[in-house]
Amino acid sequence: MEKALEAVDLHCARGERTLFDGLSFTLKGGELLRIGGPNGSGKTSLLRIACGLLEPNRGEVRWGGENVRKLKEEYWVRLLYIGHANALKDDLTASENLAVACALAGVVADERRISGALDNLGLAGRENLPARVLSQGQRRRVALARLALGAGAPLWVLDEPFTALDAAAIECVQGLISGHVSRGGGVLYTTHYEASIGAAVSRRIDLAGS
Amino acid sequence: MIAALRCVIVRDLRLAARRSSDVLTVVLFFVIVVSLFPLGIGPEPKLLRTVAPGVLWVAALLASMLALGRVFAADHADGTLEQMMLGATPLGLVVAAKVFAHWLISGLPLVLISPVLALQFDLSQELLGVLALSLALGTPVLSLIGAIGAALTLGLRGAGTLLSLLVLPLYVPVLVIGAGAAEAAASGLGGHAQLLLLGAMLIFAGAFAPWAAAVALRISVE
Repeated sequence: MEKALEAVDLHCARGERTLFDGLSFTLKGGELLRIGGPNGSGKTSLLRIACGLLEPNRGEVRWGGENVRKLKEEYWVRLLYIGHANALKDDLTASENLAVACALAGVVADERRISGALDNLGLAGRENLPARVLSQGQRRRVALARLALGAGAPLWVLDEPFTALDAAAIECVQGLISGHVSRGGGVLYTTHYEASIGAAVSRRIDLAGS
Repeated sequence: MIAALRCVIVRDLRLAARRSSDVLTVVLFFVIVVSLFPLGIGPEPKLLRTVAPGVLWVAALLASMLALGRVFAADHADGTLEQMMLGATPLGLVVAAKVFAHWLISGLPLVLISPVLALQFDLSQELLGVLALSLALGTPVLSLIGAIGAALTLGLRGAGTLLSLLVLPLYVPVLVIGAGAAEAAASGLGGHAQLLLLGAMLIFAGAFAPWAAAVALRISVE
């Protein structure tokens, strides 16, 4: 990761409630940063702010020293965000869904790479099933298959990547994340699962909640 | 970038093909409304010829409004919209691609069947052409303006009602000029002025509406 992600004095309130105040952190290449905290403590809001989807009430998020909401596409091509929602269309097949996600992200992926990524996540033989008939865990795997094609984006922001996954899939995703970090990428993620991801620098920020 | 836009269009068309009932509802609504008028008014060729452009235009406007709520709703619900916002392609262009696909699904069929429906009103062949042309230029404007409204009301309760209240005033000039084209042609004035105006509106809306909708989407998603 050639540039660092910096959060400077973030303040976020939803309605009357202050979720966090004066929150700052820096994420450099090769680092893993986990956001912890109870439900409703603002983890997802923080990730959405880090992506530039949500504007903080105060403070800013910078990528290489510049506000991400000003950089826009220049920042977003460097970012891979997987949110709570899987962004899958029920009527499209797993591979069509993944192809759309890649095209939107500007990742060039032919059919072979797409089915390779799905194989990687243990979805071999299910590439041509509509997402409608996949189980919750399989749908999550389709969404996470982007990680296997995501080497081009140095910064990964993952919101609860392990939800609904079984042990084998969790191990696979952990492998993808640690591989990315060892290649010099940065990962910002939340999870309630006690993951064991191999990384040289692994930090944790806990949001208190109130 | 071009690949992403083509992908969005192909995806929306594919989704529409796999869920064709949504498309058919709009077309059927248009056919039913237009066909009920001659039955209700009675067989008076002169009167029917006079009301034809207005009836077809109002029906097309209502039909396109019927489909409007769906432009962004599904993508918003399943998280695809967030991915579009964080994509490599500027959101305004993605919105333009989506609106184009939406028009292909919900506007173009109306344009194509309008000459057939207009036969019920005993319009001359020349007028059928002018009417279809005015719809071909006008319905994309309706889709573009509607996209701004759909983006503004995204995720709100009672979005449907609010959406119609928001976009109807903006639809009125398109309706007046669009229906006016065929009326002017019927009275021997040709209707070129109205068609040119519609074309100008289309260019203007095509250039600005997707960006306005993109800004509205970012606000709605926050």
